[in-house]
Amino acid sequence: MAKVTSGVLASFEHIDAACDTIKALRARGHRKLTVYYSHPNHEIEEACGHQSSPVRLFTLIGGLTGTTAAFSMQIWMNRDWPLLVGGKSIVAIPAFVVIGFELTVLIGSLATLLGVFLLSVGMRNKGVIYDERYTDDRIGVFVPAGAADAAGIEKLLRDAGAVEVKHAAA
Amino acid sequence: MAVAVQNAPGQPAQTHADVTRDVVATLAPATKGYYLLLAGAVGLFLIGASTLLLIVKEGLGLAGYNPPVFWSVFITTFVFWVGIGHAGTLISAILFLFRSPWRTAVYRATEAMTVFAVMTAALFPIIHIGRQWLFYWLLPYPNQRYLWPNFKSPLLWDVFAIGTYFTVSTSFLIFGLTPDVAAVRDKATGWRKTVYSMLSMNWQGTDNQWRHYSRAYLYLAALAAPLVLSVHSVVSWDFASALIPGWHGTIFAPYFVAGAIYSGVGMVFTLLIPLRKYLKLEHMITDYHFDNMAKLTLFTGTILFYAYGMEYFVAWYSGNTFEQTTFFRRAFGPGWWAGWSMIIPNAVLSQLLWFRKVRTNLTSLFVLSIFINIGMWFERYVIINSLTSDYIPYAWDQMTPTWADWGILAGSFGWFGMWFLLFAKNFPVVAIQEIKEFIPMPRQRAGGHH
Repeated sequence: MAKVTSGVLASFEHIDAACDTIKALRARGHRKLTVYYSHPNHEIEEACGHQSSPVRLFTLIGGLTGTTAAFSMQIWMNRDWPLLVGGKSIVAIPAFVVIGFELTVLIGSLATLLGVFLLSVGMRNKGVIYDERYTDDRIGVFVPAGAADAAGIEKLLRDAGAVEVKHAAA
Repeated sequence: MAVAVQNAPGQPAQTHADVTRDVVATLAPATKGYYLLLAGAVGLFLIGASTLLLIVKEGLGLAGYNPPVFWSVFITTFVFWVGIGHAGTLISAILFLFRSPWRTAVYRATEAMTVFAVMTAALFPIIHIGRQWLFYWLLPYPNQRYLWPNFKSPLLWDVFAIGTYFTVSTSFLIFGLTPDVAAVRDKATGWRKTVYSMLSMNWQGTDNQWRHYSRAYLYLAALAAPLVLSVHSVVSWDFASALIPGWHGTIFAPYFVAGAIYSGVGMVFTLLIPLRKYLKLEHMITDYHFDNMAKLTLFTGTILFYAYGMEYFVAWYSGNTFEQTTFFRRAFGPGWWAGWSMIIPNAVLSQLLWFRKVRTNLTSLFVLSIFINIGMWFERYVIINSLTSDYIPYAWDQMTPTWADWGILAGSFGWFGMWFLLFAKNFPVVAIQEIKEFIPMPRQRAGGHH
């Protein structure tokens, strides 16, 4: 049985209520919130105040690896078995551009996917409770908290317009 | 009080819950009609598979492999299917980068079409090489004879281009599907829930997941976008870099890319018009979407019109007898019927789309799309046909496709149709999460964001 993170989970129907709550909680020092929502939404993203995703580094490094790998592979293989074709020089850079481009895209994309997997999808939100309506039409806000704080947080969430509040105890 | 939801582009007012419900409803148990169609597709595929087995047993000579044209119907069909794929990536990646709102409702189905079309196309080089079990000779790998493939040949570029295109478009499709599969998981019951849970890869839609997802989606789109232009350019260079009259033209890359998108949108019409009716998605995929796709068809069809004209002009203006003869024979030689089967549907019939009535009438679009499919298949047939009459009239001969060519062609449609039908009934063909992006969530206070 996975360890459960203790805390309070609130469901919202209204986006403005959810965003205000997230901002209020963050202002009160709750930094480890988990917010669930069903579609990319920049209003919620703004409220959460995240910095840009580091996935772009994976894309950049993957892409550059692809370019380098493609050109070095083609240059080395052509020099390893020098064969004159179509009057081109043995190392004919313009002819290598196509594969250089293709491998940039290929390895760049695969590295991006690996980045997302390592950063988020593969690392499931272990032990944090979830509700199936969050992929439908509700917004969920989970506030990690001990038993002592739970009642106060529940009140804040209900006052802010949460339609449902659940507690999770470790 | 909650503020009433507005119209998403081309769609009536609906809530987030409506969207999830309507799309999940498309995955309900299939009807008899669906199974009949699926059986038809599997049947066609089996015809192709048995033909291939016979070819493996008896040799490639079963197909029309006669001088001067060896790889006739197979390469025609190969280019046809690669082309079909391009519209999907154009709609899913390029229109995403342009923030074009009409892509939302249709991009998932077209992206799936791309993946299956490229899967179909990739079979043809394998069929053509004759000894299918040695296909890995195409890849650069260390071998006993210290040989490497010829990196200066467009055919090898094609191996990399198609390989990359297939991998990237499949990843893009699966990546975009993940949040939707999670939405289906949360509505499903029983064993289907278990399957969708595994496929959803722990997706819960947390802020952290969306944060990485949205960025990565943008980068994947940016990486996939140039593939739309590059893959068919590379395919065109398979021809353009050979000194065959009718092939050796600098116009080939843009001409092929426009043709690819034209044929791809044509196939989207052929697939989506019946599909949206069957899956009851008329309120999501509307006239608005078809009108926009028809404009894309008109645009690319007009480029084709220009390219066909320009090919004839260049042949005449070059003063080159061989070019002139090739183009004269296209229109009036023994293969005239194929030449006109390409020009009339692609250049002429596409011009009907100037009329709004044609663009918004689904029956006329569907009929037109069949002509587009036929016309674009013949375009490639006509291009291959250039081989029948090159420099030495002594070596001229006709293409002679046999039953084996047609068997494999039928099999390719079956293979494609089978995958598309299976996809359409088991995965959301409309992107739930992206449709929701266009429907504002209810608010407690009046007034919107920004």
